[in-house]
Amino acid sequence: MVDQRARALEILESVKDPEVPVLSVVELGIVREVRVEGDTVAVTVTPTYSGCPAMHVIEEDIVAALRSGGFPIVEVKTVYAPAWNTDWISDASREKLRAYGIAPPGPVPAEQLVPLGRTVRTVSCPYCGSADTSLESEFGATACKSLHTCHSCHQPFEHFKTF
Amino acid sequence: MSDAPLSEYLLRLGDDRLVLGHRLSEWCGHGPILEEDIALANISLDLLGQASLLLHLAGQVEGEGRDEDALAYWRDETLFRNLQLVELPRGDFGFTMLRQFLFDAWSYHLLDALGRSSHADLAAIAAKALKEDRYHLRHSSEWVLRLGDGTEESHARAQAALDELWPWTGELAYQDEVDTALRARGVVPDLETLRPPWEAMVRDVLGRATLAVPSAPMRMTGGRSGRHTEYLGHLLAEMQIVARSHPGAKW
Repeated sequence: MVDQRARALEILESVKDPEVPVLSVVELGIVREVRVEGDTVAVTVTPTYSGCPAMHVIEEDIVAALRSGGFPIVEVKTVYAPAWNTDWISDASREKLRAYGIAPPGPVPAEQLVPLGRTVRTVSCPYCGSADTSLESEFGATACKSLHTCHSCHQPFEHFKTF
Repeated sequence: MSDAPLSEYLLRLGDDRLVLGHRLSEWCGHGPILEEDIALANISLDLLGQASLLLHLAGQVEGEGRDEDALAYWRDETLFRNLQLVELPRGDFGFTMLRQFLFDAWSYHLLDALGRSSHADLAAIAAKALKEDRYHLRHSSEWVLRLGDGTEESHARAQAALDELWPWTGELAYQDEVDTALRARGVVPDLETLRPPWEAMVRDVLGRATLAVPSAPMRMTGGRSGRHTEYLGHLLAEMQIVARSHPGAKW
């Protein structure tokens, strides 16, 4: 008998984040738990940012993918604790981000004191690997990304923020 | 199970973020530079997201079947529970940033305390929102430094904004029987204990920004019981018109 939970997870691996289509909702750490009981698959998800507009699309995509994969009843439950953080993104997924042209997040600092004034964190260029880069803006096209410029290869690039 | 003090408190938290988020959204397409336009839209979206979570929970706790959309679009002005500080018109960029800083510094301390609430759902939302407030605060405090300790023009505008905003900060620590009831159950902190660390942080940044802190704030109150400035009604008219013109519409 096929392990139904493994099959559900495999289907979820095909559901990509619409704003970062190189990573699946599993790889991003949005999917926290998957349970299969009979015809029902229950998926627990946690949002990345409170206001991330992609979350609604992601939930719909999860339901649609599992239904077409042969699970007639799909329940999506949202939890907020523990709060999502970028340490849940695996090393292999970070490499996918880099190859896609998005500098991956660094480790989340244990104690995040509020810095009044800019903190300088070196973000390596995803194209040439140079550490000679600068932050243009902490806010990018989506809540999860910031804007940077590489001074070695003169390429502007995005960084998946450490959060 | 209905819990009147808690649903009232959640409306206060949610409405602050909904109304301020709407004020920030007014900058979309009007920011002084493209990066700042995007930054304000990002922060606005975070605040709307936080408001949505808080109002959703408020509706659940109230137990009358109202969801976050019903609470946002179908309450009239006198039923809104936000601070008067957040409903004031956006003013110039300096005014927007000074207000954002004063609010972010308060929200940072409040959410930090609410993260230890005895109410699990509220604690979870607060802990999540606090992560976002950290970079909101970093952004607004940097702008306060830059504007205050900037050119003659930017300093003058930032100081004028601070002078106008300061009296409204008296309401931040407003408390009444709602707080008393919830404090007794360990759900919310005593806001008076948050005022000294808020003021220390604010004075530190304003001092470095060479801005003079005005004398004692007026203890303006009213927002928490539905008494608002003339500006909230105009904001709500714009925010609610589409939902009210097309009830139940989906797109």
